[in-house]
Amino acid sequence: MSRDAFAASTVLPESFARWFASRGWAPRAHQLDLLARASGGASVLLIAPTGAGKTLAGFLPSLTDLASRPQRKPGERYRGIHTLYISPLKALAVDIERNLGRPVAEMELDIAVETRTGDTPAHKRQRQKLVPPDILLTTPEQLALLIASKDAERFFAGLKYVVLDELHSLVTSKRGHLLALGLARLRRFVPELRTIGLSATVAEPDALRRWLVPQSSPEAMADVITVEGGAKPVITILDSEERVPWAGHSARYAIGEIYEAIKAHRTTLLFVNTRSQAEFLFQELWRVNEDTLPIALHHGSLDVAQRRRVENAMEANALRAVVATSTLDLGIDWGDVDLVVHVGAPKGASRLAQRIGRSNHRMDEPSRAILVPANRFEVLECRAALEANYLGAQDTPPLQQGALDVLAQHVMGMACAEPFDEAELLDEVRSAAPYAELDAETFARVVEFVATGGYALRSYERYARIRKTKDGLWRVSHPRFAQQYRLNVGTIIESPMLNVRMTRQRGKGGNVSGGPVLGKVEEYFLETLSPGDTFLFAGKMLRFEGIRENECFVSNAAGQDARVPVYAGGKFPLSTYLAAEVRSMLADSERWRKLPEQVADWLAIQAEKSVLPKAGDLLVETFPRGNRHYMVAYPFEGRLAHQTLGMLLTRRLERAGAHPLGFVATDYALAIWAHPDMGALFRSGELPLSALFDEDMLGDDLDAWLAESWLLKRTFRACAVIAGLIEKRHPGQEKTGRQVTVSADLIYDVLRTHDPDHILLRATRADAAAGLLDVSRLADMLSRIRGRIMHKDLERISPLAVPVMLEIGKERVKGEADEMLLSEVEEDLIHEAMGD
Amino acid sequence: MNVAPERHGFTRGSGMIAIAGEVALCDPRGALFFPDMRLLVVSDLHLEKGSAFARRGRLLPPYDTGATLDLLDTVIADHRPTTVISLGDSFHDGFGAERMPSIYRDRLLSLMAGREWIWVAGNHDPDAPADLPGLVAGELALGGLRFRHEPLAGAEPGEIAGHLHPGAVVVQRGRAVRRRCFATDGERLVMPAFGAYTGSLNVLDKAYRGLFRWERFFAHMLGTSRVYAVAHHRLHR
Repeated sequence: MSRDAFAASTVLPESFARWFASRGWAPRAHQLDLLARASGGASVLLIAPTGAGKTLAGFLPSLTDLASRPQRKPGERYRGIHTLYISPLKALAVDIERNLGRPVAEMELDIAVETRTGDTPAHKRQRQKLVPPDILLTTPEQLALLIASKDAERFFAGLKYVVLDELHSLVTSKRGHLLALGLARLRRFVPELRTIGLSATVAEPDALRRWLVPQSSPEAMADVITVEGGAKPVITILDSEERVPWAGHSARYAIGEIYEAIKAHRTTLLFVNTRSQAEFLFQELWRVNEDTLPIALHHGSLDVAQRRRVENAMEANALRAVVATSTLDLGIDWGDVDLVVHVGAPKGASRLAQRIGRSNHRMDEPSRAILVPANRFEVLECRAALEANYLGAQDTPPLQQGALDVLAQHVMGMACAEPFDEAELLDEVRSAAPYAELDAETFARVVEFVATGGYALRSYERYARIRKTKDGLWRVSHPRFAQQYRLNVGTIIESPMLNVRMTRQRGKGGNVSGGPVLGKVEEYFLETLSPGDTFLFAGKMLRFEGIRENECFVSNAAGQDARVPVYAGGKFPLSTYLAAEVRSMLADSERWRKLPEQVADWLAIQAEKSVLPKAGDLLVETFPRGNRHYMVAYPFEGRLAHQTLGMLLTRRLERAGAHPLGFVATDYALAIWAHPDMGALFRSGELPLSALFDEDMLGDDLDAWLAESWLLKRTFRACAVIAGLIEKRHPGQEKTGRQVTVSADLIYDVLRTHDPDHILLRATRADAAAGLLDVSRLADMLSRIRGRIMHKDLERISPLAVPVMLEIGKERVKGEADEMLLSEVEEDLIHEAMGD
Repeated sequence: MNVAPERHGFTRGSGMIAIAGEVALCDPRGALFFPDMRLLVVSDLHLEKGSAFARRGRLLPPYDTGATLDLLDTVIADHRPTTVISLGDSFHDGFGAERMPSIYRDRLLSLMAGREWIWVAGNHDPDAPADLPGLVAGELALGGLRFRHEPLAGAEPGEIAGHLHPGAVVVQRGRAVRRRCFATDGERLVMPAFGAYTGSLNVLDKAYRGLFRWERFFAHMLGTSRVYAVAHHRLHR
């Protein structure tokens, strides 16, 4: 008897074996392996590529256990939740409900499966509390709410399994921190609770294995089952007949060729990196869509109803192509996709593997994918990603320490559930992997923050939200605070958004009657529009009419030119792994042969006119152009790290008297310009490059810049909302104006001046250093290039510098030059007034 | 640097303006100073706003009063006024003065010492602040000027008011810049809010309707070291 068959006969109940057979399937080895281990009491991490039957594997232990239990007698008490399934996406929960429905119905199992998300109506939630389903499909936020209610312990008393889908994506965010804390609480209710994590391939599986079990020691890890990928994907880089542009992100040159690929396949998924690229690509495809193929658009800002329509049409195989951003990234199984087109560089090898996994959802058939680089550097990047995908390289980000703002939210939630003992709660919190290293003093400060704000000036004792009573337990001091907590739970802080509503009336500002809502757009984008301006949104050309309350009114502007919405979000930084690959590709002319001819030529000319840096070196070019002098550096560390570097270098150049005028950063390079000849400064030794790029810039210079930076203010706002210091803005809530709210920026300024060591500022700095600034990456780079800076003083711009130079004037560094803009407005006014 | 003459013959960027014929300086910190009278006007200090929120469970940092007084201290030190008018909403609510920690109270008293201090009543603090010296007035007339908290509807030449917390937005090169501002058409003026926790209301909001002759309107937007005069047609919502 083979091992698999043996396993099947021991763990898979007869009815399940029959069901598999009736569908013409055999249970897969990893499904049986997982079932055996979980039934034996282990927590398990299942790492498998898409299409490996991961979801069914995750639910088999629950389904078989539920199928074997005796029927509930009339009058017997409900048994409570048996299995909790948690996914990062609401849509995923809905999708799973559909997929689980089939085996449950076909085996005639008496198992109730329900979803509970932010969209679940109140009466259904109420009913679920009284009559809980056997399997509840939900999100991290809903779990936080459930465990913060007074009857949580009773509600979860019968819990056996927690299935965590797309674990690799959950654990890298603050939502993952919140979820880890929630799990710790569930384990307190049910110590023998088993967790099953479902994940795509990751760089460090052990981190996820630890995450799944209580952290008494670093050796505590869940079992792991790894399923190797099936057939290798067939990935090609679009070898365009057209000229590949030097810069830009639109890939407009390739539209015709993309359209031909769509025509040649059944269903094509087109991935892009940002919502504005999605809008642009969709518009351009329809411009050439002579056969009027059904091509749809899907991104997170669109109205829910519209997204559902697209999803349903996909499932019914009624679409030939969908243009999508990361909203369709995760493991949602829709339709019969046979081609994935990735427009723009994928920015990370793991991300590419995920997205390509969307096509041909059977492991034994190869996925087909075409990469469409939008510019020449992206050709290099696509090439690197492609080689990585073949090599199975992984570059998922490392896990971060648990955030303190999330911990503050959790502490408040736990106080809402029941009075807590500080030492016991600390133990519980430390059992969650992200908080395993938390020290008691920091925890005490977080509790202090939750209670009275934790300010050095202790003036809020009488307003405390939680209080330590005589029995030594902390409890909520007023039911109102529990209510506040419930309204503000969660870690997803979006920038303020306005509804976009259609109207037929033009030229009346906001005083118009409304039509359908198309979706939401960030307020700051709309602020830059004047009535009459046009922009692309929801696949339509729209004319901005005006703003009324929390809605933005637009009319149809088909046929006009547009300014595409510029969104802050959605731009992924280039992964460290791909960056290193691109650098080594540049250095090795042997590898150019795999590149399109025009790109290889470009590099050859660069080698001739300037130089191509060796893999570990940093190339710095200086040259004059117009009446300015430029310095271009090529660290290839991604936009965030380059932006931070740009800020710091301009400060230093200013101090050295070089009077920098501005800078621009791309994923690959950084350009700084000034009036004086920076090349001469470097050459003469007046300002050696080694001093300019010295690692000490990450000390005082970084602190001084950070203190004033808008980046930190934005980060602070998110931390303050998550920690419960200021309230979330709720949909439909009107802008409240002057006296009802206090802007987070003002709070930040005051707090920074008067209480610089406050716990929220600590949380803010940690966030910014990790996420927004890529400080650690910059630090690694600076130490790597020590003594390895190659300066090339040129008479004119080099071929390699062209892409970043073309970005000048397009990309702007926000926030630092406000005064200059104000003075320009005033200047314009004077010119107008003086008539010149 | 070229010096361009402004409408009233003042140097650009100096912040000098004329209101109903009286010359005044718009200080970029948000205070108005009349050099001839050595009179300093600030409005909407909203002292103890932080603790007002704390009472309702939002534990905002309790340093706003300190921050506001620090700023007021630098303004007073620079202009050395003989008279200070606090143009209403000096405290965020009627109990603000009572709640004020003693360190801040002493601070305020030392700022008030040796000069005439007038508390104009506001809608947040209609009554006199508890136990603090200074005169209390509903409104005040000085020469051709009228000082009151809430601007009256219709033309009011010479009125200096607060209450609305004016702010302005300009868009340049696709970027929006938002600042507090002095709002004036040369006949009347609405003061920016001075308090550390006070936000602003766009001067294009309907709350300002009927107050100004827009063709002569300027928003004097607060910069870090000077004010920027921006005409009505350059402003955004």
